[in-house]
Amino acid sequence: MTDAFAPSRETTEGRVYNLTGGDWEAVSGAIADAGDERIVLNLGPQHPSTHGVLRIVLELEGETVTDARCVIGYLHTGIEKNVEFRNWTQATTFLTRADYLAPMFSETAYALATERLLGVEVPERARLIRIMMMEINRISSHWVALATGGMEIGALTAMTNGFRARERCLDVFELITGLRMNNSYVRVGGLANDLPEGYEPKIRDWIKETRKELQGVNKLLTGQTIWVSRLKDVGWIGVEGCLSLGITGPLLRAAGLPWDLRKTDPYLGYEEFDFEVPTDDRGDSWSRYIVRVAEMWESLKIVEQVLDRLAPGPVVVDDPKIAWPAKLSVGPDGMGNSLEHVQKIMATSMESLIHHFKLVTEGFRVPPGQVYQAVESPRGELGAHVVSDGGTRPYRVHFREPSFVNLQGTALMSIGGMIADVIAAVASIDPVMGGCDR
Amino acid sequence: MTGIQRPGGENSGESSGEDESTFGTERHGLFGVSGSGDTSGFGGLVREPWVAPEAERPYGGYFDELVDTLAIAYPQLGEAVIRTIVDRGELTLHLEREHLLGVAAALRNDPNLRFELLSSVAGVDYLDPSNPESKRLHAVYELRSMTYRRRLRLEVAASVADPHIPSVVGLYPTADWQERETFDLFGIVFDGHPALTRILMPDDWDGHPQRKDYPLGGIAVEYKGATIPPPDQRRAYR
Repeated sequence: MTDAFAPSRETTEGRVYNLTGGDWEAVSGAIADAGDERIVLNLGPQHPSTHGVLRIVLELEGETVTDARCVIGYLHTGIEKNVEFRNWTQATTFLTRADYLAPMFSETAYALATERLLGVEVPERARLIRIMMMEINRISSHWVALATGGMEIGALTAMTNGFRARERCLDVFELITGLRMNNSYVRVGGLANDLPEGYEPKIRDWIKETRKELQGVNKLLTGQTIWVSRLKDVGWIGVEGCLSLGITGPLLRAAGLPWDLRKTDPYLGYEEFDFEVPTDDRGDSWSRYIVRVAEMWESLKIVEQVLDRLAPGPVVVDDPKIAWPAKLSVGPDGMGNSLEHVQKIMATSMESLIHHFKLVTEGFRVPPGQVYQAVESPRGELGAHVVSDGGTRPYRVHFREPSFVNLQGTALMSIGGMIADVIAAVASIDPVMGGCDR
Repeated sequence: MTGIQRPGGENSGESSGEDESTFGTERHGLFGVSGSGDTSGFGGLVREPWVAPEAERPYGGYFDELVDTLAIAYPQLGEAVIRTIVDRGELTLHLEREHLLGVAAALRNDPNLRFELLSSVAGVDYLDPSNPESKRLHAVYELRSMTYRRRLRLEVAASVADPHIPSVVGLYPTADWQERETFDLFGIVFDGHPALTRILMPDDWDGHPQRKDYPLGGIAVEYKGATIPPPDQRRAYR
């Protein structure tokens, strides 16, 4: 067969086609000739519907999936190894790139773990801002889940609307941190910088806009026949399956267990806030959609409560041996040392210069030991297992990534269903391969 | 071994010093330079060895009750536990690897323990350059009881020459990929795992990259006549 788009070759396993152009006629004709309905299909890692560089090997009987195996590791960048060669502060800039849709959560989990090793607690204002940033991040991450999930099953307006709404969240991040993504905003001992002037009206505007966008999603998708029939009864997994496979987050709550670490294991003082843990009882992709949208409404409530409570104060710990010496600020060329600080260390105070130099090049030492700190990320339990040998660098940082663990449910969700439902099921897991492969 | 009474009242808890979470070697000179004149003064600095201290009763919080309940559910606990560590509000039990499955089964199945969720399996390489034969490869299990809202860490150690630890996949299927990851990056062989293959690195990769004696890699970068070595060869504070 000499089809340029579907060249084939004979192997011991049977005839192998390599589809490059989307011309299926050669393949479907050959399957009809062979009279055998069983085909093994390789999906990904470069495929617009696999939610990143995820590869799934499917065994099909006609259009029914009889086996599914995930192959991961295509985005393994050695983040956990790299941080062992940087100081405790620099590690944040690597970890923020792991789960690139939810950087605030990786940063906060790591910062909380390291602060527990150090035995310090961040000031009230830093604590509240961390909560606010994480909740804004939860909303932006769920927008992407909706947008890409919609795109993968053909709902392109869900994608354009979702990314439009997510861009508004990133505008808020840019206002506060100077960056849309990879923020490195939550640092060990506090935050990189305080909120800029005039943040409050802008965030309140964003809350209003997000409410409008959420109502739009409701009008566009919730009652829409195609959306409902693509998601309902697809990708089912129950509470038992979730627990044995370690699946947490919206998937577990969509199966009916109200398990949310913000409530069950409160960190950063989440117990002071008034919000609900949305659940549903179907355990399918539809339930996950409902739960995610409901969670976004709850996160907005938390952001509002934080704004009401924010009072002026420091955003880094009051310990000059740990706190970053420079006051960072967002300048026209991005974030950097504030001009007053540069003026001080370069012109007036030799001691400040020495202190700055020591802390920036050497870093601080963290007492030896190990801790495990979990936070509720948009995808479930994100745990940071941090080990210190008493030096200036992390001895070992391991991330318990919910994307990695939850993807184990793919086979259970897909086998016995149709091939088109694999896409809807994987989209409803919402894996982020940057976090999964680290 | 202060916490758990061994059968026969014998309280011989001192471990061989091999399988402790330990940074037990004294280190000299904290600037990563040797063989040249020391003008910084850092060469004279000494970092004391550190070993996680053995916990003493009462452990505090729910830890005492948890260990007591576990001792009833798994009567050989005295032989199983090498060390008990309570640090920063977390309870760690260092186990003999032969007892890992028994302890994990008791933790999962006993109605008074109910550790339903295995949150995480992670590897840590406690390399001791002066004693490379030690049980330096640790598998760390973070267990979570949703019913009783409790956490518990189990730690099992193995040496590079004999890197075998029983697999808990039969008890906690979630350990499947996590044990594969730990095998891939640390070379711990989980006996009884249904398909222990590499997961993050390519299938034909040599070595286990997260071991401490595996280099980070990288190349020197030249900039305006100066050469900056790769991160793992740079002079650095330790």
